[in-house]
Amino acid sequence: MPKITYISNAGVSRTIDVPLGDTVMEGAVQNGIDGIVAECGGNCQCATCHVYVEEKFLTILKPIAEDEDAMLETTASPRKSNSRLGCQLHVTAAFDGLVVHTPPTQQ
Amino acid sequence: MAVVIIGGGQGGFQIAASLRAEGFQERITLIGEEPQIPYQRPPLSKGFLLGKQEQRHAELRPAAFYDTQRINLVTARATAIDRFARRITLDSGEHIEYDTLVLATGARNRLLSHGNVFYLRTLVEAAEIRQRLAAANDVVVIGGGFIGLEVAAAARTLSKQVTVIEGQSRLMARVVAPVVSEFFRCQHEARGVDVLFDQTLLGISEKEVQLGERTRRPADLVIAGIGVVPNVELAVEAGLSVGNGITVDKYLQTPDERIFAIGDCAENPSTFSGDLARLESVQNAVDQAACVAKTIVGHRAPYGAVPWFWTDQYDIHMQMAGLPVGFDQVVTRGDPQTRKFSVFYFRGGRLCAVDSINRPADHMAARKLIGARTTLSPDQAKDESFDLKTAT
Repeated sequence: MPKITYISNAGVSRTIDVPLGDTVMEGAVQNGIDGIVAECGGNCQCATCHVYVEEKFLTILKPIAEDEDAMLETTASPRKSNSRLGCQLHVTAAFDGLVVHTPPTQQ
Repeated sequence: MAVVIIGGGQGGFQIAASLRAEGFQERITLIGEEPQIPYQRPPLSKGFLLGKQEQRHAELRPAAFYDTQRINLVTARATAIDRFARRITLDSGEHIEYDTLVLATGARNRLLSHGNVFYLRTLVEAAEIRQRLAAANDVVVIGGGFIGLEVAAAARTLSKQVTVIEGQSRLMARVVAPVVSEFFRCQHEARGVDVLFDQTLLGISEKEVQLGERTRRPADLVIAGIGVVPNVELAVEAGLSVGNGITVDKYLQTPDERIFAIGDCAENPSTFSGDLARLESVQNAVDQAACVAKTIVGHRAPYGAVPWFWTDQYDIHMQMAGLPVGFDQVVTRGDPQTRKFSVFYFRGGRLCAVDSINRPADHMAARKLIGARTTLSPDQAKDESFDLKTAT
């Protein structure tokens, strides 16, 4: 399984094996990563699974779709060029080694 | 200061999670009737039926969460509330004492008087329908509301012959304007779904559904989605006030100040409808839970979150904001032919709701505008050169 590293705003790092096809959000929620809330359950409706993706991995991600883009406009922490919603990132083999940072706040 | 929550659905889960997030340290007991740990229901009529999602994807948190957060999960049915002793009785005969009680008892499906019908609310029911769908050829869906149409879309996507039977003259008639109903009728029909209106159901056998004298449809699987009934019985027996739900004030509190009610089972004053509202949605359950959790830890504030909702049918994503109660004017932004448009509902000249079909940016703008009691005019709403984000 691809390994994904989640780094909290306080700098705490955890690396988790996330099954192929699951999302970056699910990997966090199922392993008790606090920095991701996922209030709507992964339906691209709430923007509480906001992550900052380390720049070098941005190219392996599918482009931001219209609904994700609209939600990213409403994140509680500032949207940056590397902002994504974890629920929209379905893990592929290319995700192995991915590093994401969770924002200071999700709500 | 023990908090007991009755109901292990989205709202019940969220009360417990929000209390811990607010720093609440004392005992939390979450009583749910279903054997599974709390899960979300929206995927059950969507990706789960298609086999794209499994139970573990629907679980709101893994089992370990409840241990680490010290949330005591009890699988049982609460049978009585003794408000004087502040004590819940369970079907096991066991008692649980509370200082604060939150009723998040949800709702149950309305049932037909006919047999041979399946209903979808729980994970067990969804799993049964998914299994039967695999073997079925002719699927009849009774009810042209959200659940019925999502099930119809899933069945059609699985290449089943699908008939939708609706008692009224258009789809989702209770909640959307005719232009939206018509759009969804066209989308279902274009994909080969047979949509029948103004029907009276006469009978259901193992092989067919009988509608009028001459109208029959073959059916090896019949699924009904004809609305829900709020679970208010416990509250009634405890002497609490109940209308179309457990009656609460703007703090979601019953007249017994130790008891709150949230989610599908509760009826609360809504500034968006101008009346009492009982809403059946994830947003309502989650936001009401968060509001009550804050009150319990001492940050009391009235509930006032903007209602929103969504439905996925095929590749059509509809998002709704606000409440289209008593609307007297409807304008459309964008062309339904493009399958991307929004419908704005006005009441007395003021925006009260917006349905956005494949236009997520409109939806997000709508949530803000409705929350801010916008003065957006119908002419501005339908003018695509007018930027909704600049409206106030």
